[in-house]
Amino acid sequence: MSAPGGNIFLAGVGGQGILLASEVLGEAFLAAGYDVKKSEVHGMAQRGGAVTTHLRFGPKVYSPLIEPGTADILIAFEKLEALRFIHYLKPGGTAVVNAQEIPPAPVSSGQERYPEGIEEALRAVTPHVHLVDALTAALALHEVRAVNMVMAGAASHFLPLPEDAYVAALTKRLPAKYVEVNVRAFRAGQALVGYGEMQPNDQ
Amino acid sequence: MSGTVQSKENLRLLSGNEAIARGAYEAGVKVAAAYPGTPSTEILEYLAEYEGAHAEWAPNEKVAVEVALGASMAGARALAAMKHVGVNVAADPIFTASYTGVKGGLVIVTADDPEMHSSQNEQDNRHYAVAAKMPMLEPSDSAEAKAYTKLAFSLSERFDVPVFLRTTTRVSHATGAVVLGDVEPPAVPLGFVEEPAKWVMLPVNARRRHVLVEERMRALREFAETFEGNRIEWGDRSLGIITAGVAYQYVREAFPDASVLKLGLAHPLPERLVRTFAAGVKRLIVVEELDPIIETHVKALGIPVEGKDRIPLLGELNPRIVRQAISGEAAPVREPAIVPNRPPNLCAGCPHRSLFFALNKCKVTVTGDIGCYTLSALPPLKSMDTCVCMGASIGTAFGMEKALGEAARGKVVAVIGDSTFVHSGITGLINVVYNRGFSTVIILDNGTTAMTGAQDHPGTGKTLQAEAAHRLDLAALCRAIGVEHVYTVNPHDQEATEAVLRREINRDAPSVVIAQASCVLLPEHRAERRPALEVVEELCNGCKACGKLGCPAIEWIPLTPEEAVAAGKKPTQKGVVRINRLMCDGCNLCPDVCKMRAMVEAAP
Repeated sequence: MSAPGGNIFLAGVGGQGILLASEVLGEAFLAAGYDVKKSEVHGMAQRGGAVTTHLRFGPKVYSPLIEPGTADILIAFEKLEALRFIHYLKPGGTAVVNAQEIPPAPVSSGQERYPEGIEEALRAVTPHVHLVDALTAALALHEVRAVNMVMAGAASHFLPLPEDAYVAALTKRLPAKYVEVNVRAFRAGQALVGYGEMQPNDQ
Repeated sequence: MSGTVQSKENLRLLSGNEAIARGAYEAGVKVAAAYPGTPSTEILEYLAEYEGAHAEWAPNEKVAVEVALGASMAGARALAAMKHVGVNVAADPIFTASYTGVKGGLVIVTADDPEMHSSQNEQDNRHYAVAAKMPMLEPSDSAEAKAYTKLAFSLSERFDVPVFLRTTTRVSHATGAVVLGDVEPPAVPLGFVEEPAKWVMLPVNARRRHVLVEERMRALREFAETFEGNRIEWGDRSLGIITAGVAYQYVREAFPDASVLKLGLAHPLPERLVRTFAAGVKRLIVVEELDPIIETHVKALGIPVEGKDRIPLLGELNPRIVRQAISGEAAPVREPAIVPNRPPNLCAGCPHRSLFFALNKCKVTVTGDIGCYTLSALPPLKSMDTCVCMGASIGTAFGMEKALGEAARGKVVAVIGDSTFVHSGITGLINVVYNRGFSTVIILDNGTTAMTGAQDHPGTGKTLQAEAAHRLDLAALCRAIGVEHVYTVNPHDQEATEAVLRREINRDAPSVVIAQASCVLLPEHRAERRPALEVVEELCNGCKACGKLGCPAIEWIPLTPEEAVAAGKKPTQKGVVRINRLMCDGCNLCPDVCKMRAMVEAAP
């Protein structure tokens, strides 16, 4: 994603901390001098339902919503949710996807199967798919709730700000006692995406 | 350069709701009241964090508006906030507050929910401004949300009128950059001044006030002509778009070069400005979410205009819809993948699941209400048969009884949450007793207003600021109403719950069953949480009985015949269940339904 602006689409399951992750990213872009708009839905959608956040930055942002086919990056906190919202990604965009599978009700009740071949389906849309195991990384820090910052860290490779910007935003946004573990989670997430994997993605 | 640094220091990324709270704070608001409701809830939560204002959860929106009006009568700036349907509850005081007018600025926030992300209807509350003859400001993003909130207070005092501030989900729950300002000193001195002609709405006084209300509307129409929030952005004159609220942002995104008349005041409309704009463009279109309110008004001026013949009447708009509707063009996009749905669900360990599982065994018609428990209407529980509005469960159950007579005995039950019961269930229960019914009302007392994110209410014994308050005793209240049979059960105790339900449902007199167990989202619940369970896989026969609970922690693992045999099962066994230990709350409901006794406490 290059400097003038960009669209970041975050998707996952209610309770995974997507709203907080998007707030940290938003704060970082604002502090870096961008105009920022972000949109999300609370209430009913948060009870284990599919949750999305639209985050846009640029010199001047009007709409708080990202149009399908125009997201520069999709940050999916759950594998099935990556597939559900991949149509928001622009051609050649980047998908950073948590490998974690959280079965939705029709699957956990045995009525439907959790889709197989999600990674291949994502790769059919864009070659730039980065599958990371954010849950294991968070559990290694003894903080399952830090999956969100692991994902932010993994995605940061494809965002235009320096690492300090995210850490500063995180420090500003979180209560002091949670900062350290979340900074560690962010760095753990960064380490999940090897530099060798990184490719130019703004085609 | 110091100016830049200064402005950056005061620059914040705020949601529309945070911005409204900030605007009210900067306007020196002294009293604010609300009942939680998506997408309005956070306004009061943020306001409570500021020093200097009394912010409270009221039992319902009507009380919230009355509290705010009283504060205004006493000279204070006051605010009441609610979701769109909350205005229905509060409409009675609002319509007459329009007659009394104000002393301190009075602002009523209505947060509408186009697309019904978390609502039971999609009403367009701009109609209220027209009907109540009150001005309505409509911000299109967070920066305007703050600015318009401050402006609403000063307009209220200037025109002696309560002012509506209308947001939608994409304003309330969208964030944007906002520059913080200083707190204004109050413009009006505190103190109630007796003025019966203004404050006592007897017919004789109200008739005089109505004359003033109409004069005020004329003055507001003049104001609208020069109000800077109503502005023409001239561009390409071949296309002119009249728009307001978040739709303005979509229009600017989709048609950056078009001429735009942006209306910051949804009511009244600036008629001369509209005529000027219409005369200056070749093609005129109104882009507004939900109802054709601006469009109808423009047409009434005799101006030909396009609108709902192109722009959808239902749901939210977005730049793509706007672009497609106006130009017929939209870049092709990939079809969304067809994948299993992920509907919202009751949490693992939710006491509502336990109660409805027991209630399902009683095979009754369940009139429902508004809250997390409305999710029990979804499969597999499918417990709830009706859902209309806050408090409706009790009245509708009683109405069914009166219609069906003896056939309804033992067949109809009302369920209502603790917060909802306090909001508007109490009068329904009084009616049951007064009009000699035999209804059974189940109060699902999870000790919080859970759906909107766990807010306190009079039954929790804590204020918005989490300070100790008198705790409303629901059982004592029901007895005082005249219900002789009031019983409290723990819904996680299935046997006792089912026994009490069967007995009370068949009783020939009104009864109340209070199903009391804390919401799993409450911090205090974590302390009492029991260990997670696990499935002894050798014992699971794949009968899917536990699937009827719809617990998100119980996962079905399908097996092929080969896998089944390898796992020591019959080849015909289609799968086994597993419990997700990260999600399991230890509510111990699933062992009650497992005939194989496969669910056991997990090894630590």
